[in-house]
Amino acid sequence: MADLLWLVIALPLAGALFLHFVGRYVKEPISGWLASAAIGGAFVIAAIAAVPFIQGGAEPRTIPLWEWMPAIGGSFELLWDPLAALMALVVTGVGTLIHVFAIGYMHGDERFHRFFTNLNLFAASMLTLVLAGNYAMLFLGWELVGLCSYLLIGFWYTRPTATAAAKKAFIVNRIGDFGFMIGLMLVFAVFGTLSFAGVFERAGEELTGGMATAIGLLLLVGAAGKSAQIPLYVWLPDAMEGPTPVSALIHAATMVTAGVYVIARSAPIYEFTPFASTVVATVGALTAIWAASIALAQRDVKKVLAYSTISQLGFMFLAVGARAYIAGVFHLMTHAFFKALLFLGAGSVIHAMSDEQDMHRMGGLRRKMPVTATTMAVGALALAGIPPLAGFWSKDEILAADFARGGWFYFLWIIGLITALLTAFYIARLWVLVFMGEPRWDEEAHPHEAPRVMTLPLIALAILSIVGGLVNTPFRLGLEHFLEPSFEGVQVQEAPTDWLTLAVLAGLSTLAALAGAGAGILAYNRPRERWRRFEESFDPLWGTWEQAYGVDDLYGRTLVLPGRRLAEVTAFSVDSKVVDGAVNGVGRMVRNAGDWARPLQTGFVRNYGVLFLAGALVVVVWLVAGA
Amino acid sequence: MLTALVLLPVAAAIVVMLIPTRRREIHLPLGIALSVMPLALAGYLFSVFEPAAGFQYVDQVTWYEPWGIDWYLGVDGISLPMVVLTTLLVPIALAASTTITSRTKEFVIYTLLLEAGMIGAFLALDLFLFFVFFEAMLIPMYFIIGIWGTERRVYAAVKFFIYTAFGSALMLAAIIGLALTYASQEGSPSFALSDLAGLDLSVGSERWFFAAFAIAFAIKVPLFPFHTWLPDAHVEAPTAGSVLLAAVLLKLGTYGLLRFNLALFPEASVDAIPIMAILAVIGIIYGAVVAIVQPDLKKLVAYSSVSHLGFIVLGTFALTSGGLQGAVIQNVNHGLTTGALFLLVGMIYDRRHTKKIADFGGLQKTVPLLAGFFLFMTFASIGLPGLNGFVGEFLVLIGSYPALPSFTVIAAFGVVLAAVYLLWAYERVFTGVPDKEENSVLSDLSVREIALLVPIALLIIVIGLYPKLLLDKITPSTEAVLDNIVEQTDFVVPYPGRMADVYVADEG
Repeated sequence: MADLLWLVIALPLAGALFLHFVGRYVKEPISGWLASAAIGGAFVIAAIAAVPFIQGGAEPRTIPLWEWMPAIGGSFELLWDPLAALMALVVTGVGTLIHVFAIGYMHGDERFHRFFTNLNLFAASMLTLVLAGNYAMLFLGWELVGLCSYLLIGFWYTRPTATAAAKKAFIVNRIGDFGFMIGLMLVFAVFGTLSFAGVFERAGEELTGGMATAIGLLLLVGAAGKSAQIPLYVWLPDAMEGPTPVSALIHAATMVTAGVYVIARSAPIYEFTPFASTVVATVGALTAIWAASIALAQRDVKKVLAYSTISQLGFMFLAVGARAYIAGVFHLMTHAFFKALLFLGAGSVIHAMSDEQDMHRMGGLRRKMPVTATTMAVGALALAGIPPLAGFWSKDEILAADFARGGWFYFLWIIGLITALLTAFYIARLWVLVFMGEPRWDEEAHPHEAPRVMTLPLIALAILSIVGGLVNTPFRLGLEHFLEPSFEGVQVQEAPTDWLTLAVLAGLSTLAALAGAGAGILAYNRPRERWRRFEESFDPLWGTWEQAYGVDDLYGRTLVLPGRRLAEVTAFSVDSKVVDGAVNGVGRMVRNAGDWARPLQTGFVRNYGVLFLAGALVVVVWLVAGA
Repeated sequence: MLTALVLLPVAAAIVVMLIPTRRREIHLPLGIALSVMPLALAGYLFSVFEPAAGFQYVDQVTWYEPWGIDWYLGVDGISLPMVVLTTLLVPIALAASTTITSRTKEFVIYTLLLEAGMIGAFLALDLFLFFVFFEAMLIPMYFIIGIWGTERRVYAAVKFFIYTAFGSALMLAAIIGLALTYASQEGSPSFALSDLAGLDLSVGSERWFFAAFAIAFAIKVPLFPFHTWLPDAHVEAPTAGSVLLAAVLLKLGTYGLLRFNLALFPEASVDAIPIMAILAVIGIIYGAVVAIVQPDLKKLVAYSSVSHLGFIVLGTFALTSGGLQGAVIQNVNHGLTTGALFLLVGMIYDRRHTKKIADFGGLQKTVPLLAGFFLFMTFASIGLPGLNGFVGEFLVLIGSYPALPSFTVIAAFGVVLAAVYLLWAYERVFTGVPDKEENSVLSDLSVREIALLVPIALLIIVIGLYPKLLLDKITPSTEAVLDNIVEQTDFVVPYPGRMADVYVADEG
């Protein structure tokens, strides 16, 4: 089956091509179903091809396709190992559900088929990224998902905010790519290839500590761009301008986890640089608490989820930076389930409320939309880390691994624990504000439950959010055994093994989750004036959080504006006045000299020819004399 | 065959000349039809070209014996892609010129003569012959800009002509100097590249000769600070002129550096690496920064050329397998992508009679196909993997790093800036709601216009995904350039700059 693996990429790609050229002749829901079938088919193939890994004992395989840039060791080749398999299953599995949901969500959009074209193109790109067998091809997928992100954030291209957000996302990611590319330059300079097999096999022989650190930090720059970590996270909240299924698929479940994937994939390099790994974990922890605090005070339901995603990605960085690769990938998977669920639930609400996103104008929706309310409650509990839901197991494993690592990681563990508390609080706030209390919307809003094509994916994701964590519990380490072949020869940080420590740690994170969620419910499950006053009592802190610490403004004043000024000075002063001025100055000088020498101008070409040759001759004599 | 390739466009020009001026409706279609012949021949040449070092299909006829000047043509993996590109873009450029209504006959003739000059320059292996073609191209281009350009066309044409002619004069002097040096060493003069490459030059004179050639080519590329003629020429030139100027004429600069400077003056080339790399990197960053704030769409694309061509020069003077391959393939890529962008700007101009970015907004709503092609070309230009620009840029960047680490790192920032200036321009021109009356009533691309863009778009994808098609033919020649330099100097290509250094995993 692994020989047919290319189909996993080719199916959604074919879907995208078909819809691109023929889509406009295909009636509305059909194009959506076609796209869903394409990615669903990819899921089936990936699942069958993953069976040998589930049974255990199968070796990772490299599947060469064709040559690309042989001079730098870049070619089209796939690497099929458990890590790739898990990523492919998450992308296609969650992806299929989101595709189906979007059939309902995008109903009536005049560019319906175009939306699914881009969605399928994204799936193909993301699968290229996770199945790539070398850094060059990974970078291909890496950039193509960036393209799709650009196209889908700016899907409603007549909205200036949407297109500005799309551009911002692409450019901020490019800044990350700048670091990433330099990292790849170093990889090539050290190893003479970009292929995973070649690099990882010989990492021990070729890498010095300093070089490993440099590469590790540069890959982190790229990862921080794609996975929205400090200081490059600013594009993700804006990316919420895209249609909500896009936010769920690209900006929560899959694309933004690419940075986590790259670091986990590059584990054999990070093996030799504890420093870079620690930086990864620290960036992750700081991002986690930073974004969680901003999420506390957002009014826009999607903004809460966006900052929550940034924060949860921070958890994943905290894991892979502590070498708890399996915990990181585990959280990547569970997060894909419950965050996709939360986004789609939010989409269902926004859809029902005629594009209202302000939670202050919601409330009491649980009676109008019981399925959405229930499934979102599941997602919220999973995110909060309430046992035994999915998020509890993966988050707990991360925190336990950091605790077990000790030293500096104790500090990061505490940050993680506080973040867990904040997480439970903001997601409880979100759910209560949307679904509980008195309705704060206009009479004519007429909220209604979503059609079945939207609620069924919600239910499926809710089930996954409940049981998804059971693949890897301290009682049964299924995922760990599954992923082992991908991390062979790499130290993997595990959670403590004695049951007492484990129980205490699990108790502490459960306590944090319960405390946060309880406080959130208590604070918000009461009349509007009361919780308004509660929020105001935190001012000016609350306002700072609501303004997201003013980072966008800061970047605008310190980077964007000065950059533009610099460009203007360069273009309109340096270039046109100095550089071109010199050219025209010389021209004028010659013309003035020409006035003086006007008698020489006879108008006969032969005279000019003679002069031209004479001039050339002088130079020749000079050159030959020099020789 | 190569002589025929040079003479076909001349013959075509003569045929067009014979059609009476008053039959004005015939000239352009006839020119397009005739210009397909060189394309067919070049395509055939591409298919029969054997991937091997050295020149193939050599035509050598004594031209003026006393001076040792020969009609001496040959093709290798470095010139072959450029010849094919030239013959492809001439029919496209002609077919994009339906808006030229005055003096059509002359326009077609000039374009065909320009094609002959360009092909000849890429194929010439005799330096005097090269110089003749190099100069001969200037004249038709001068008229194309000067007659069919926009308001300040005369200023732009004169500036273009004088600036490049100044460089050519230096080069001519150096060429004659080389021939005379050859005569003093061997008894009789020769202008043949192969003869002159074997010359025994003192370090000092080799450097002077190198400089004379390098300045001529640097003006053509153009490298900072010799670039200011380019935006003026582009802004004023008609679409066909801009396309051929950007896609082909500029490439004679980068081609010349690779073909002549590296081959004739290996020692001086190695010594000049830091200077050329600095100029290349300045060009990359400077061109991009200046492009960001250009108010004129065409000027923006022109400055993006300055930035992109810097990558080619960087790759050339990195003297690594990847760098040189990237440089050659990027010669083609930039021709396709920027050529297409100029075509698109021309199509917009035909509809709106303005190129000012501020005059647009929301065009995606009214001309979605045009917007789609523009976005496609934009991403090709930004270097999106899967499209052609990435292959060239990535080969140059990754390949140059082992040789020129710090320069390459700075150059890589140009990739960020490219996204800034192109996406910002796209946003302002195409997105939002068309709030100006003129922008909401435009017609989308015609079948003719689509037919011009589709072949370019297909090539962009093919080269992006399967560059082997080109690289197989390019590589033996670029490796030969490297071999020559390594033999003639004590330059050592740093690990892993040669293809042989690339690690290949053991089977099984």
